[in-house]
Amino acid sequence: MTQSHRIVGGQIDRTKTLSFTFDGLPYQGHPGDTLASALLANGVRLMGRSFKYHRPRGPISSGSEEPNALVELRSGGRQEPNTRATVAELYDGLTANSQNRWPSLRFDAMGINDKLSTFFAAGFYYKTFMWPKSFWEKLYEPIIRRAAGLGSVTREEDPDDYDKGFLHCDLLVIGAGPTGLMAALTAGRAGKRVILTDEDFRMGGRLNAETFAVGDAPGADWAAATVAELLVGAFDHGIYSAVERVSDHLPTPAAGKPRQILWRLYTGKAILAGGATERPIAFENNDRPGIMIAGALRAYANRWGVKVGERVAVFTNNDDGLRTAKDLQAKGVDVVAVIDSRQGGDLLPGIRHLQGAEVIDTAGKLGLTSITIRHANGRSETVAVDALGVSGGWNPNVNIHSHHRSRPVYDASIAAFVPGQDGPPGLLVAGAAAGQMSTHDALKTGRDAALAALDLGTAPDLPQAEGAPIRITPLWHVAHGKGRAWIDQQNDVTVKDVKLAKQENFTSVEHLKRYTTLGMATDQGKTGNVIGLAIMAELTGRSIPETGTTIYRPPYTPVALGALAGRSRGTEFKPFRLTPSHQWAKEQGAVFVEVGNWLRTQWVPKAGETEWRQSVDREVLATRKSVGICDVTTLGKIDIQGTDAGAFLDRVYANTFSTLAVGKCRYGLMLREDGIVFDDGTTARMGENEYVMTTTTANAVTVFRHLEFCRQCLWPEMDVQLISTTEAWAQFSVAGPNARNLLAKIVDQDISDTAFPYMGAGNITVGGGLRARLFRISFSGELAYEIAVPTRYGDALLREMLAKGAEFDPIIYGTEALGVMRIEKGHVAGGELNGQSTALNMGLGKMVSKKKDSIGMVLSQREGLTDENGYRLVGVKPVDLHAKLTAGSHFLEKGAAPVAANDVGWLTSKVYSPHLGCDIALGYLKAGDKKIGQRMRIVNLLAGLDTEVEIISPHMFDPEGERLRG
Amino acid sequence: MIIYHPILGPRDAQEFVYLGDAGLIDRPDGMTAGVKAFHDYLYNRDNPAGEHRELWYHEQGDRSWLVVTRDTVTHEITKVELARDVARARGRAK
Repeated sequence: MTQSHRIVGGQIDRTKTLSFTFDGLPYQGHPGDTLASALLANGVRLMGRSFKYHRPRGPISSGSEEPNALVELRSGGRQEPNTRATVAELYDGLTANSQNRWPSLRFDAMGINDKLSTFFAAGFYYKTFMWPKSFWEKLYEPIIRRAAGLGSVTREEDPDDYDKGFLHCDLLVIGAGPTGLMAALTAGRAGKRVILTDEDFRMGGRLNAETFAVGDAPGADWAAATVAELLVGAFDHGIYSAVERVSDHLPTPAAGKPRQILWRLYTGKAILAGGATERPIAFENNDRPGIMIAGALRAYANRWGVKVGERVAVFTNNDDGLRTAKDLQAKGVDVVAVIDSRQGGDLLPGIRHLQGAEVIDTAGKLGLTSITIRHANGRSETVAVDALGVSGGWNPNVNIHSHHRSRPVYDASIAAFVPGQDGPPGLLVAGAAAGQMSTHDALKTGRDAALAALDLGTAPDLPQAEGAPIRITPLWHVAHGKGRAWIDQQNDVTVKDVKLAKQENFTSVEHLKRYTTLGMATDQGKTGNVIGLAIMAELTGRSIPETGTTIYRPPYTPVALGALAGRSRGTEFKPFRLTPSHQWAKEQGAVFVEVGNWLRTQWVPKAGETEWRQSVDREVLATRKSVGICDVTTLGKIDIQGTDAGAFLDRVYANTFSTLAVGKCRYGLMLREDGIVFDDGTTARMGENEYVMTTTTANAVTVFRHLEFCRQCLWPEMDVQLISTTEAWAQFSVAGPNARNLLAKIVDQDISDTAFPYMGAGNITVGGGLRARLFRISFSGELAYEIAVPTRYGDALLREMLAKGAEFDPIIYGTEALGVMRIEKGHVAGGELNGQSTALNMGLGKMVSKKKDSIGMVLSQREGLTDENGYRLVGVKPVDLHAKLTAGSHFLEKGAAPVAANDVGWLTSKVYSPHLGCDIALGYLKAGDKKIGQRMRIVNLLAGLDTEVEIISPHMFDPEGERLRG
Repeated sequence: MIIYHPILGPRDAQEFVYLGDAGLIDRPDGMTAGVKAFHDYLYNRDNPAGEHRELWYHEQGDRSWLVVTRDTVTHEITKVELARDVARARGRAK
């Protein structure tokens, strides 16, 4: 297709032609075009369908404020919904599709909604789809979501990378129009580090869209293109965030380059030079393709060399609208009429300038064909036009200044809100964003802001520039007829909806927003909000300042979720940690499980095993028969040293450690200050003033943090030092009747029962001199040791144990077998250490010493936690040994109805015990200690289970502990 | 936010873990105080809209616990101290 609407001039490179498609049709444009400017150059005005009524829509703007021209950009995994065609930089091969239409943009079946508009007024959904309640989720909402909507999300993974970065500067300049460029120039010439950001891919802001000069050069030449970043928001302490669109102008990012970078910017001072956004005027049928804000018509002509229509009219309430008419006429566009709502003043020469007139209606099904004008004398006239520019005045872009809840204040002289006083510390506002609308004032306030922000003495000279004042007589909407006059085109909010909100007493702006959806979605009401609140002010008889604005929040413009995620996705979502035995386990085809950040061996299948239980049962039986080895490196290890180390442990553990003999270890129970069990583990006394604590894998970090809190904040004079050594030692549990026999082949010292008794601990050497630690502790209930060597020897130690101990047929067991054996022994772990249970609940109440002060001791004695009929840990097995148990099932007395009132506890952990030949479980049961031997039911309504069980001691295997002392 | 660590200078708040009111330093003695005193210590806190002294832990740093004086409305930080110094000044010892 030809670029039928291209006119002379503009900042596009006509020597190069770019091909692209929209809804499958091929078009051409030039470098420098946006998708919107290129489509308009090809005579395409219809670019979307509206959210609710499916009205045909075209762009109304040339920037990020665009509510209508939302497209799906690219395809496959790179498809990006809701992209504003007005900011998408054109590239060769770009593909875009319109959205929210079926079957096609020109014929949209859902256009029926427009005919039914009476039913779709604000609040319609809330009022209509209330009953029956259950229908909302299953029926109404899915239908509504299909009918009303934005673009669709691709189901494919985004193939591109997104990065995050950090930058520091003396001055951050937000916006690279005349104000921002002058501020950056001032600071840069003074030798300061400046970061200049702009949402456009070409620096210069409105200078690119205007014809006037800065100094001796055209404004656009004064501004040089550099980078494209959009500022997202202002956060605390001089931190801002911005997205750099590194590769959005390319079909695919260059090798090794990300698509976007989310920058975190640290700056002492910042200047908001975000300019202003023109707002329209509401009148009947003001949403047809071809109707734009006047400054956009001007920008398309001046910057992109595009005339939006052949016969153009301008409707304005201020002098800036007149500038649009003059610029268009100078470009040779046929300006049919200027409809100026104001009375008096000079008439534009050579243009039909109608003062005191208003546009009251328009016509044209898929695009504007005519407007109806009401003259000052009341006479109506219909004029054929295919483009209409509307100027209702300019709103300073105060958003970022208001991200800390600063309320903007109304300036009647420009009929707009300007930044208030209490913005983010260190952020100055200059230029149009501060209500300084002329180019001269922009340059001057930009320079002055840089001088003030950085306390500079010397200033560059200001170039000469226009300094025309704003002359505006506010006009928010045209009172005429019964048709719909759009305020917020993205959400299809009309003047009628504001009237309805008023009628139903949703008069606060925040209520107005929620009731009508005014100002929601991708454009956040950049063109519509102020009109909406001004109309509400008019309806309620309050002033505009009294009515106020809604709260502004980041982001300023939409940000891709990919940019927020950065590299944190897939396997890089979080760091993961590998155990010293990982390589060996991988070689054996082990199955891994995530435990916190760790990947642990879950089980190690052998040839012929087709089901996980076969592997786990074998690992359990082999361990209890001969010997099994398990990597327990993931347990937290904390070295605690100092003359007060023992006293410190007495304070942080519920039981006593200062009395522990050197060379011994003890099970420790750690409480939170509220009396609930925090963590458990064994702690060994390696020397007079040296202990080694172990924590659970899950709590390694939080226990260490807690101990530092106790040491620094509670008992700062204690002589005690802490260091985490979790990563420093590879540690293996060696368990089973042959554990000692196996270790004797590795360890250099005598480890006979006399030399190294149950609960012994000590420094040893292995393999002829390598320093190591040995602890005779058991989680499995077997004769067991934990042996630790410096991490880098972990893999070698494991292989050595398997080789030297081959005669004992050692096996490696994973976390599943570990779980089976600890449940058989009634040891608590994750399911029991649930953050709600006390030592008493676990049957460990006697461990809490009252003879000394310790964290949680006092509050563990609270009435509510010491109920003698409270929950107690019990063991459970089914009466019918073939019956299955499930964790999470609830205890009920026999015959009790399965309702919450009869619930007396729950199963915390369940496994199949190959020794007992049935499912077994641990659970918390009310007064469970008095119910041993009784029969109960466990009920799981989700799984449809109702099973008779016997309550037994939690110590289900070798209750006397003969094996571990062997 | 940026926290001016007394030893390490300005650090991004992302490096820290937040705990809560600095009143947690004033733990009663478990051998003399009863349940009521501990209940007040643990649960009864002021929730001021304004100046607040609170504990932050430099977990991805030097593991110092800090007492940060922060305005909960503006997030302005007016003072940062080592919690150990604050604890000592409040008479805590062993």
